[in-house]
Amino acid sequence: MIPRSIQDALQKIVGPQHLLTQKEDMLTYSYDAAVLDPVMPAAAVIPENTTQLGEIIALCHENHIPITVRGSGTNLSGGTIPQTSGIVVLTGRMNRIIEINEADMYAVVEPGVVTAILASEVEKLGLFYPPDPGSMAVSTIGGNVAENAGGLRGLKYGVTKDYVMGLQFFDATGNYIKTGSRTVKCATGYNITGLMVGSEGTLGVLDQVILKLIPAPKARQAMVAVYDTIEQASETVAGIISARILPATLEILDNFTIRAVEDFSKAGLPKDAAALLLIEVDGHPAVVAEEAEQVEALCRKMGARTIDQAENDAQRDRIWAARRAALSALAQLKPTLVLEDATVPRSRIPDMVRALQEIGKKYNIDIGTFGHAGDGNLHPTILTDRRNKEEFHRVEQAIEEIFDTALAMGGTLSGEHGTGIAKAPFLEKEAGYSSILFSRQLRAALDPRNILNPGKITGV
Amino acid sequence: MAGMKELANLVKELEEQLVTCIRCGMCQSVCPLFEQTRKEADVARGKLALLTGLMDNIFTDPDGVNERLNRCLLCGSCAANCPSGVNVVEIFIKARAILAEYKGLSPAKKLIFRQLLANPGRFDALVEWAGRFQGLFTKPSADAQGTSCARLISPLLANRHFMPLSTTPFHKTLPEKGVTSTGSRLRAAFFTGCLIDKIFPNVAKASLKVLSHHKVGVVIPPGQGCCGIPALASGDRDSFTRLVDHNLAVFEKEPFDVLVTACATCTSTIKKLWPTVYKNPSDDIRQKLTALAEKTMDINQFLVDKVGIEPLDTLLIKGSEKEIVTYHDPCHLKKSLGVADQPRQVIMAAGCKLKEMAGSDKCCGMGGSFNIYHYDLSSTIGKIKEENIEKTGCTTVSTGCPACMMQISDMLGKAGSSIKVRHPMEIYASRLKKNTP
Repeated sequence: MIPRSIQDALQKIVGPQHLLTQKEDMLTYSYDAAVLDPVMPAAAVIPENTTQLGEIIALCHENHIPITVRGSGTNLSGGTIPQTSGIVVLTGRMNRIIEINEADMYAVVEPGVVTAILASEVEKLGLFYPPDPGSMAVSTIGGNVAENAGGLRGLKYGVTKDYVMGLQFFDATGNYIKTGSRTVKCATGYNITGLMVGSEGTLGVLDQVILKLIPAPKARQAMVAVYDTIEQASETVAGIISARILPATLEILDNFTIRAVEDFSKAGLPKDAAALLLIEVDGHPAVVAEEAEQVEALCRKMGARTIDQAENDAQRDRIWAARRAALSALAQLKPTLVLEDATVPRSRIPDMVRALQEIGKKYNIDIGTFGHAGDGNLHPTILTDRRNKEEFHRVEQAIEEIFDTALAMGGTLSGEHGTGIAKAPFLEKEAGYSSILFSRQLRAALDPRNILNPGKITGV
Repeated sequence: MAGMKELANLVKELEEQLVTCIRCGMCQSVCPLFEQTRKEADVARGKLALLTGLMDNIFTDPDGVNERLNRCLLCGSCAANCPSGVNVVEIFIKARAILAEYKGLSPAKKLIFRQLLANPGRFDALVEWAGRFQGLFTKPSADAQGTSCARLISPLLANRHFMPLSTTPFHKTLPEKGVTSTGSRLRAAFFTGCLIDKIFPNVAKASLKVLSHHKVGVVIPPGQGCCGIPALASGDRDSFTRLVDHNLAVFEKEPFDVLVTACATCTSTIKKLWPTVYKNPSDDIRQKLTALAEKTMDINQFLVDKVGIEPLDTLLIKGSEKEIVTYHDPCHLKKSLGVADQPRQVIMAAGCKLKEMAGSDKCCGMGGSFNIYHYDLSSTIGKIKEENIEKTGCTTVSTGCPACMMQISDMLGKAGSSIKVRHPMEIYASRLKKNTP
């Protein structure tokens, strides 16, 4: 609970209908998409503009009230699970696209803008905002920046951090900070923009984001290759990269996932195949034609049973529908789905795929693996029922072993889902204690009252 | 009021369905209500969490959850797009019933559902009388949609442009013992539905004309009742169950191959809710409900998939410059039953030019009683639909659901639009008339 006087002050800032304190509403802001225990906040506020946002933060600073900012609550690491004594700041009403500058190819947006809406608005102008996290139909730019969200196009186009040119945000005391710029180059001051991306609301509260846009590719070619062994598929991934080709997307589906997708969507996938590669090259039409040919030859050389090029948009859509159905299809099998994203250097994909299969067997759990093979970011997806305590314990052990395996290969605990609460206890394994200490000191200096999304990333 | 623990136990009935929500939040991208309010309690994920909260007995009273649960159009957009296939509409319907049974229905609802709706004869008589007297309180609004508005300022009607009750409901135009005709091929039973019977009898007449044109035998048993969805949406499972019993008996008397309706909501209710929400069915009833659900079809789907239609030779129609029609997908047809292509084929077969609107499958905001309790929100959502319709430059908007027809008529009427609202059967049948003098 927060004192009545503070509730009143919050209400004065945002208006009565934009302050929520009833227990029912608090329950609806107690979770996100991560498989973690819910925590109900004391209040939720929905500011409409910069002034209101700044006033809320100053008030919270003055009264030592923790703040957790929430966009659409779709992150998979518990980044938006609040504190009992804290408030949730919702960005739903701060969802304006302030500017799309065609001449200088950037966009300025508020944090609550939905990723897919921005992507479609810029597309209308022949421009392209490439980061496409799986939740982009609902996720917000603020959340994407805070979590450094990735997506299917990471291999060629990078992730959210590669598109953030500048930011405006409030620090923990309510001061307004500007960082970065609208220019392609900017060499002044610290690279605070870089520090803020992926900071999960622990260093400041975003107010505006300047995003880089690029010209939309003129042509694209999608194809699907079918393999009898997963080794052949993963060797193909390594082969394509070493042939110096960067497909826009290079996705893998293992047999478990193929069967689930086929049972679910009857898309005509070969259920006996050990793996599928879904590949798309894009760019200048001449280059696309040449690369598509090269990729096809490589797939054959590596032993693909068949490879089919999409001949039109409908066929292309069918290929990507199969990929998009992967998570849905797996989700239908059991009540609880744990979507992991431990990531390895891409040359280690064959090793990682093998290791995941062994871990599934060792702990006797169902793991469907699909994901962004081209950038080393697989999604081992564990299917379980959280109510089955014994099995869930095995799941937790398996997850820890997946982490260890990825780190032993020179990888990372999270390619794109963020640290949040879920991975905070394991971060030391990856980065070492002094790195955690450095991060904690940084936080303590910038947020002495520890009000900005406490508990995330650094564990305190 | 019994203890919250007892309520928690009742909600446990839904546990296996509730746990399938993985909290991914994808429902936020399609929920017409969330688009307006952006509040988590307004979207399926939030409501499912609230029901889980009731089951875990964390609340001191059920009112807060009940109120939020009722802020829902039951359009099923979330369910149709749910990655883990959560059966959201069924869960919400059952939860409303559990809560209503626990809290007790309001006296007004008790009167309406138990005394009227669940007694089809009494309901028909009352509505007929109301139809005769409605002119005292309302006046026609001289618009292309044929709506009425309040004569006097009325808080209940506000500034609605509502469809007046027909002076002669459809069932009154039929012989007292109903209709039984033999065609040369399939035999279809026709489930009229309240809105078509009492507000849009022309849709039923058009449907019959189309069926007979295609030589389909028709059975229309007398004494049909409501499909039960209004009672169910308010959690009155008893009245719903009584209505289902009544209708089952009514439709048992004559044999038929297919049960067709021209109302998306009735079709979806019979197919999806009769077999799943009926209270404690015996094995016999369960079998009957499943068998009937399998035989039930939207009339457009029946015409296209079972009967087979060819484009009408509209060139023969004198002065038949192509009418531009846009089609609105009723949630209960497209999202609930996957019927989207067939009504369009019917419209095109009638020689009309089909022009798609943006967001044709976006909910119109009607949501049955949602429109009554949350008229402002319902209108805001409806306004988006109205604008999308207007942008097509069409002369007629068509849709396969009388409830959507009411909402769209209200929205177009308020906007002063000259666009007509027609059921695909009305469009198709009107071309038949010209074709076969």
